[in-house]
Amino acid sequence: MAQEYRLILQHADEPGYTNDIECYLRHGGYEGLKKALALEPKTLEDGSVKSGPEQIRDEVRTSGVRGRGGAGFPAARKWGFINHNSGKPIYLICNADESEPGTFKDRQIIYKDPHQMLEGTIIACYANNVHLAYIYIRGEFHEGAEILNRAIREAKEKNFIGKNIQGSGYDLELYLHRGAGAYICGEETGLLESLEGKRPYPRIKPPYFPAAYGLYMCPTIVNNVETLCCLKHVMLMGGAEYAKLGTPNNTGTRIVCVSGTVKRPGYYEVEVGKVTIRELIHDFAGGLPEGRSLQAVIPGGSSAKVFRAGEKFQIKKKAGDGQETVEMDLEDLPYDFDTVVEAGSMSGSGAVMVLDDSVDMIEAIANIAEFYAHESCGQCTPCREGSLWLKKALQRLAHGRGRKEDADYILRIADNIPNGRTICAFGEATAWPVQSTVRKFREVFEARGAEDEARRARETEGAGGVGKEMDVAASSQP
Amino acid sequence: MPESHPNFEVPSQLEAEIDEVITHYPEKRSASLMVLHALQDHFGFLSKEAIEWAAQKLELQPINLYELVTFYPMFHEEPVGTYILKICRTLSCAVNGAHRLHHHVCERLGLDPNSHASQTTPDGRITVEYAECLASCGTAPVMMCNAAFYENVSNEKADDVIEECGNNGDTETENKEDV
Repeated sequence: MAQEYRLILQHADEPGYTNDIECYLRHGGYEGLKKALALEPKTLEDGSVKSGPEQIRDEVRTSGVRGRGGAGFPAARKWGFINHNSGKPIYLICNADESEPGTFKDRQIIYKDPHQMLEGTIIACYANNVHLAYIYIRGEFHEGAEILNRAIREAKEKNFIGKNIQGSGYDLELYLHRGAGAYICGEETGLLESLEGKRPYPRIKPPYFPAAYGLYMCPTIVNNVETLCCLKHVMLMGGAEYAKLGTPNNTGTRIVCVSGTVKRPGYYEVEVGKVTIRELIHDFAGGLPEGRSLQAVIPGGSSAKVFRAGEKFQIKKKAGDGQETVEMDLEDLPYDFDTVVEAGSMSGSGAVMVLDDSVDMIEAIANIAEFYAHESCGQCTPCREGSLWLKKALQRLAHGRGRKEDADYILRIADNIPNGRTICAFGEATAWPVQSTVRKFREVFEARGAEDEARRARETEGAGGVGKEMDVAASSQP
Repeated sequence: MPESHPNFEVPSQLEAEIDEVITHYPEKRSASLMVLHALQDHFGFLSKEAIEWAAQKLELQPINLYELVTFYPMFHEEPVGTYILKICRTLSCAVNGAHRLHHHVCERLGLDPNSHASQTTPDGRITVEYAECLASCGTAPVMMCNAAFYENVSNEKADDVIEECGNNGDTETENKEDV
């Protein structure tokens, strides 16, 4: 039976473990930072000198850590885009906006082990010559904000933040910034606009990659809470040792959130790629309620493309020196970054939402569409209008006012939102769940639309034939 | 436009807090959200006067703040209930009874259970609204009462929370992991 591997959450749920600095220090807290600050410049064979921060960046590259926020982009490569000689200050933002539906891992770290997150953030700041950093926390985490503010105060008192940290000569100021309920602030350029005091309209890339033109048009790094926590362990273990956890190109551990119709929803930290979707659902989350069967899995937060139970995928695997393609069932997919992408979706923010056969797929996707219609920032027409049309069409179908052609109608809208038509990936996030659900459950959508039409036809006859015009009007109302 | 707030006055302690927060940023405008939060936490909503006061403080035009108040869902332009109950309606909560919970809460408070809009009891005490994902899908359904957060909320738990709102004169509720 698959086992958890708790690295980041090693202490979080232990009885008696509290979120104050004394408890953290008793458990080896800030040792990773001390090790980082103590790194002496190293002279290489060619006579060049590698500074401590450069050595940390090398360790992170060796560790292979990939971003835990959604895109799975290698952290060291993201850092590598920073120009250290631009003469501008470099900023770092810890993205604690946790807002992807299905995700509740950063909440565990913020509430139960805030100093681990601070330690990772400070290490990242030191490694990238950052002297001013912010934590952007979602507005609804009221208590989380209080916990983090206290943790920052404690860390300042112990000189882990502030001037001349631990006598190293390194200065860092770190502040907490609260959002106010907008999902788009999790998108890194939207976050930067929000942090500048504006509406969080994402910036167009290129040219506005945060690494080049970020906060106040200065080089900026935005890293997720969990990604930053990984750094503490990379520092303590060494990059090579860390890379032994997980699987090649999918290193380390990951906190996976399982929710929906399972018996034991929750968060489970596992080695990346060492557990399958079946093990996540059945071993960790206790399986489905009695008598139910699996209908669909949303593998990486609500933006991810939906998997239908029983789907088969052609997955490339290493075999000797070459590659072979094997057919895999949905539930046998290892839960890592690459395999889930190869299967046509993504592991995104590590949120697995499980839907059993008691859930009406049309209602489920209408629910997700309503989320995106509410959260679209309104900057780009295809997304602003498209997300609302999708919501209206899907709600109409969910409420018994569907039409036979709705499946095609919905797909026509959804297909015209993503693929470069919008400034940010919210367009994809809006379209992907709808496109995949309608295509994979097409017969459900068509049958529902046809049923609704037939029923309306009967009702019209019964009412003495009100006429066709009324029928059309009634069905086009959301 | 936001509602007017006659005799609007920022107490000196609040102003000192706001002045301190502004020092966190190299550019004053960055403090906008934090200043609006501080004002709303104190006054319950962001009036025309509050927005003008904040604009002056941050050396901005009122429109620069008004566009934030109208964008971010957590800000209110007019007074809302002393207690705001936010019920998460996104997928994992929805498949675990969020609609049942909303229905129950509305019925109990004499509000329209079929309305998905924000509604306030006639005495101005409690506002009920749906919220998008509150990032606790593992303990669905969840809801908030002002800053307090509640997990695995049954109808009975919701009744207890409402009961407490009726008994406390204070706007602050204690944070509780699980009632």
